[in-house]
Amino acid sequence: MNNISQAIPFLGSRNPKAALITLVVLVLTAPLFAGLFGNTWVRILDFALLYILLAIGLNLVVGFAGLLDLGYIAFYAVGAYTWAFLASPHFGLHLPFYVVLPVGAAFAALAGIALGFPTLRLRGDYLAIVTLGFGEIIRIFMNNLTHPVNITNGPQGIDQIDGMTIPLVGLELNRGLQVTDDFKISSLFLYYYVFLAFVVLAVILVKRLQVSRIGRAWAAIRDDELAAKAIGINTRNLKLLAFAMGATFGGVAGGLFGAFQGFVSPESFTLMESIAILTMIVFGGMGNLAGVIVGALALSFLPEVLRHIALPIQQALFGKVYLDPEVLRMLLLSLAMILMMLMKPAGLIPAQSRYSRADLLGDKEARHDQAA
Amino acid sequence: MIKLLEARGIGKRFGGLRALTEVSLTINKGEVYGLIGPNGAGKTTFFNVLTGAYTPEDGEFVFNGSELPLGKPDRIVNRGIARTFQNIRLFREMTALENVMAGHFIRTKTGLLGVLLQTRHTREEEKLTTERAYELLKYVGIERHARTLSRNLSYGDQRRLEIARALATEPRLLALDEPAAGMNATETSQLRTLIETIRSDGTTVLLIEHDVKLVMGLCDRVAVLDFGKKIAEDVPAEVQRNPAVIEAYLGGAHHAAH
Ligand SMILES: Nc1ncnc2c1ncn2[C@@H]1O[C@H](COP(=O)(O)OP(=O)(O)O)[C@@H](O)[C@H]1O
Ligand SMILES: [Mg+2]
Repeated sequence: MNNISQAIPFLGSRNPKAALITLVVLVLTAPLFAGLFGNTWVRILDFALLYILLAIGLNLVVGFAGLLDLGYIAFYAVGAYTWAFLASPHFGLHLPFYVVLPVGAAFAALAGIALGFPTLRLRGDYLAIVTLGFGEIIRIFMNNLTHPVNITNGPQGIDQIDGMTIPLVGLELNRGLQVTDDFKISSLFLYYYVFLAFVVLAVILVKRLQVSRIGRAWAAIRDDELAAKAIGINTRNLKLLAFAMGATFGGVAGGLFGAFQGFVSPESFTLMESIAILTMIVFGGMGNLAGVIVGALALSFLPEVLRHIALPIQQALFGKVYLDPEVLRMLLLSLAMILMMLMKPAGLIPAQSRYSRADLLGDKEARHDQAA
Repeated sequence: MIKLLEARGIGKRFGGLRALTEVSLTINKGEVYGLIGPNGAGKTTFFNVLTGAYTPEDGEFVFNGSELPLGKPDRIVNRGIARTFQNIRLFREMTALENVMAGHFIRTKTGLLGVLLQTRHTREEEKLTTERAYELLKYVGIERHARTLSRNLSYGDQRRLEIARALATEPRLLALDEPAAGMNATETSQLRTLIETIRSDGTTVLLIEHDVKLVMGLCDRVAVLDFGKKIAEDVPAEVQRNPAVIEAYLGGAHHAAH
């Protein structure tokens, strides 16, 4: 968490406690501020959280283990379609989220291993090309698995997907929460806090992985695979684990996306999305959790801002829209990438990832420092 | 004397090139065993084959009483063989401490669930790994750089860090590939002391080295490779007198090309 409070420069690190409290308050009240500008902005915030989740997952694979993955969106798709299959009128199943989400995550993890196996010996560009192909294959499957049995419903996608229902309290997120007769918390807000909880959980789990023998083994493989083998790391198993773990995060995010959107179709899972997520982590600072989060936040927000400014301006100036929002988004992402490579190749917040805890040596190290 | 490692008729080819031919040698427990020879003789290849980076076409290794799995680095490390590299290979984005901690991987058990749930066992093992790594940094004399990124260490310190990382795997046999290369006289003499300490603490050492003085002063026995063949194996004084060895080192202008 400390890492994240440092990530916000204006908070400064002189008073980490105050910075952390400010950050928590900011994050908790963000949808209220966004709501002032209209529900669209709350929705954008919700999506930003999903992108953060995706970026955290992809960073496990690319940033930690050093495996360039250009087909990451496939796992998001697997998670989303799993939700659609198990909780929609499409097959007439309406399973609860605590069943659907783990199943989606497990399918995604399996897909991750399926991608991992044939690519174990590949690195860099070659790996990127195979993973890119994998992402496309999954998308093409979603498009075409309609015969002889209609599984995916093709390009039309699957709609009327169940939203998320919190058990015990029976809170249906899609309906919002009626607090008093004339005060209702809209579903967009509820999803925000649910997504936030998932992001916080993801951050905690990834931090734990990073500072562990597993995180160190991944970093070792990334830094020097031959040396990693020479200290006895089973690189095959650890790479597969990285693919599976990264995919799990993608699968969970996908499930949440399906529930939130209520509709999935292959269109949402294009190569461009994979590239967008990769751009987010490179932009923010690969391998570094704070950087990845800031990158995802910035690059999911900026295009929307741009869209809201550029469309009316185009309308006003030319009477029609020349640059489609999606084109604008890609333009912005490319521009961000180019500027970053030129000015700060290590990303907005360059990696300061530690793979060990600072406090475990305690006085031992301190004593030495005094002696030296 | 108890045999620790026995290489039997090891052969390795790279296309048409026979990098190792019928190499047999025996290393005893507790000794420092030198492996010397002109550049390109096959010394590093022998290390690569021994540690599983390459699979030999012929021969076998018997280590501590049973055969080594060929071409399986992780299992070989697990059996107790660790190595360093002629061209230093550290994990550059990790600190010195973390490099050594990574070396402890094979001797720890925590699984994925343990890490995610941060069980008591996980936390204890992590603490142990951290402390052990720090002890090893002290052992090789670079503990003041514990929190320095390995890529920012001086050359000599990087060499020592690589040794500490190898020791973290708790080897019976430590294989060092030209550890003194690029070191100045002071660093070399410190390295010599370190290797002697390692040996006296019970780890057998296999040493590839060009520095003749270091080899002769440190090694109990020495094998000489030339063009992938073992041409001598004896105590240092005898090896130095061996005409075939003198011929290999002085006679061949063909070696200079490597
Ligand atoms: N991976 C490889 N592919 C092809 N040839 C190699 C490879 N590794 C080593 N060689 C060749 O094998 C011979 C022995 O090399 P090496 O073991 O590095 O020698 P040394 O360590 O004794 O200087 C050299 O001729 C070298 O060019
Ligand atoms: Mg060599």
